Amino acid sequence: MKMVTAIVKPFKLDEVREALSTIGVQGVTVTEVKGFGRQKGHTELYRGAEYVVDFLPKVKIEAAVDDAIVERVIEAIEAAARTGKIGDGKVFVSSLEQVVRIRTGETGKEAL
Amino acid sequence: MNLVSTTMNKLLFAIFLGALALFAGGDALAQAASATDAAPAATTATAAPPTAAPGAAVAAVAAAAASAPVPNKGDVAWMLVCTALVIMMSIPALALFYGGLVRSKNMLSVLMQVFVTFSMIVVLWCLYGYSLAFTEGNKFFGGFSRAFMDGMFNAKDGSFSMAATFSKGVVLPELLYLAFQATFAAITCCLIVGAFAERMKFSAVLVFMALWFTFAYCPIAHMVWYWPGPDEFKSAATAAETAARGGMIWQWGALDFAGGTVVHINAAVAGLVGAYLVGKRVGYGREAFTPHSLTLTMVGAALLWVGWFGFNAGSALEAGNSAVLAFINTFSATAAAVLAWCLGESLLKGKASMLGAASGAVAGLVAITPACGNVGLLGALVVGFVAGLACLWGVTGLKRLLGADDSLDVFGVHGVGGITGALLTGVFNTQLLGGPGQVTDWVTGAVGSAAIIDQVWIQLKAVLVTIVWSGVVAFVAYKLVDMTIGLRVSEEDEREGLDITSHGETAYHN
Repeated sequence: MKMVTAIVKPFKLDEVREALSTIGVQGVTVTEVKGFGRQKGHTELYRGAEYVVDFLPKVKIEAAVDDAIVERVIEAIEAAARTGKIGDGKVFVSSLEQVVRIRTGETGKEAL
Repeated sequence: MNLVSTTMNKLLFAIFLGALALFAGGDALAQAASATDAAPAATTATAAPPTAAPGAAVAAVAAAAASAPVPNKGDVAWMLVCTALVIMMSIPALALFYGGLVRSKNMLSVLMQVFVTFSMIVVLWCLYGYSLAFTEGNKFFGGFSRAFMDGMFNAKDGSFSMAATFSKGVVLPELLYLAFQATFAAITCCLIVGAFAERMKFSAVLVFMALWFTFAYCPIAHMVWYWPGPDEFKSAATAAETAARGGMIWQWGALDFAGGTVVHINAAVAGLVGAYLVGKRVGYGREAFTPHSLTLTMVGAALLWVGWFGFNAGSALEAGNSAVLAFINTFSATAAAVLAWCLGESLLKGKASMLGAASGAVAGLVAITPACGNVGLLGALVVGFVAGLACLWGVTGLKRLLGADDSLDVFGVHGVGGITGALLTGVFNTQLLGGPGQVTDWVTGAVGSAAIIDQVWIQLKAVLVTIVWSGVVAFVAYKLVDMTIGLRVSEEDEREGLDITSHGETAYHN
């Protein structure tokens, strides 16, 4: 099992969710986050005061998936979230040791 | 901690009472005494004590009751509405305009400082402020004949004393004039809050306000606005004598329709002095102090604009032509200032901002305040446009020059806008430039125009007196507060935010 964590532009969230549903991902967790990468921040001007905003808002999508579909998940996220401009985000994949469905007590693949 | 704050509260209260006693002192007690004395006998001729002549109060209910003028119901209705509109300018309009500009951790502290300052000044105004500003005294201060609202309402026969307007034979119930003017005194003090927002102790704010109100607002209002009223000018022979009963700046002939000097320059200077003496906010210039809700700032600015019609057009004191002139000028000048600020921002910074538009509106409103009933239609547009650009400079270039952390740009907007408006009133008042001119002879009511250069010079003198007077009083008041209870909250409290540390609550819960 793998944990796929994708950081994407907030307005791409719906497209990514649809793409993941299409390939059979059963659920994801979404968090609004801020951070910085190669895409630089912007400046904001309030009367005489100018501030550099370093941290930009992004959406973090976490999906626990079976090894069998992990490549398709990554491709789906890439395709859905890409605009071609700097700041499209990243996908991180890590191995996942255990999953438990709390309601039934199922573990592992069954719980995905 | 508790002990300290209890002591502080006692101190606060003592100072407050002290200030009251100092001013209301002898006279007020004497007034109260004489009122009690007079009460039993006073069936017919109670009302005003002989020396009253209050806030340009004519005749009151006294002697010539038969010929006493009766207020026009339209005028009374208009002034009641205007008074309520000006209340709205402080709460919530100014509070929201300011509140949106601070960080969310200080939102409630700004709302509270405005809300409670407003309330306190209204009470002080009723107790002694009105009397000090709008009764006959010397050139600088009024007297105490109306302290505790004495002689304004006679419960025995249900009569009210009357206040003069700008027209002969037209009067208003004096209590209505008191209420209208109370809103001015209150918003002037509330304006100062913006300069030291996000770091001053709540108790220190209130004690400072009480001191500054007593020693700066009341005398400046008296100097600029107190005069005996048109009905007192009975003959050419006594006109000079009658005029000599007015406040100093009024006697000079300065034009301030609704409070460019009294309200805006006055408050702005007190704010600037405060910004220097209270010191910069922790992290100023290093951390981002971004406004937490420009939405609320826009709502506040828009409510200010609406309320300002009460402020400016209401200052005509009658529902007549003068109010209409003030109304349309308040409308158009403000719109022109919004455009000017946005244009200036676009050209200089590349983008027009919501904060800029809201600030432009306030800048225009401030500048047209002294001018609204004193300039012509095109003059008002020029006043607004110039003010928009001038105040944009006030919050950028001038702010850097001054080097003070005037948190919400009280001086940049109200000081620069007020001075711009006061001086341009002198330019555009003349009938040569489409202005209404001014009454040159109160006995006949004749209207004429002063030479522009003369009028501008008079306006400048009024501005300078206000700057110096307000600055000195503010300096002393801040120093007194600093020596007794201290001006600032601790650095730790400031970092945590005044909402929690000063008021024990939080503006927003997620």
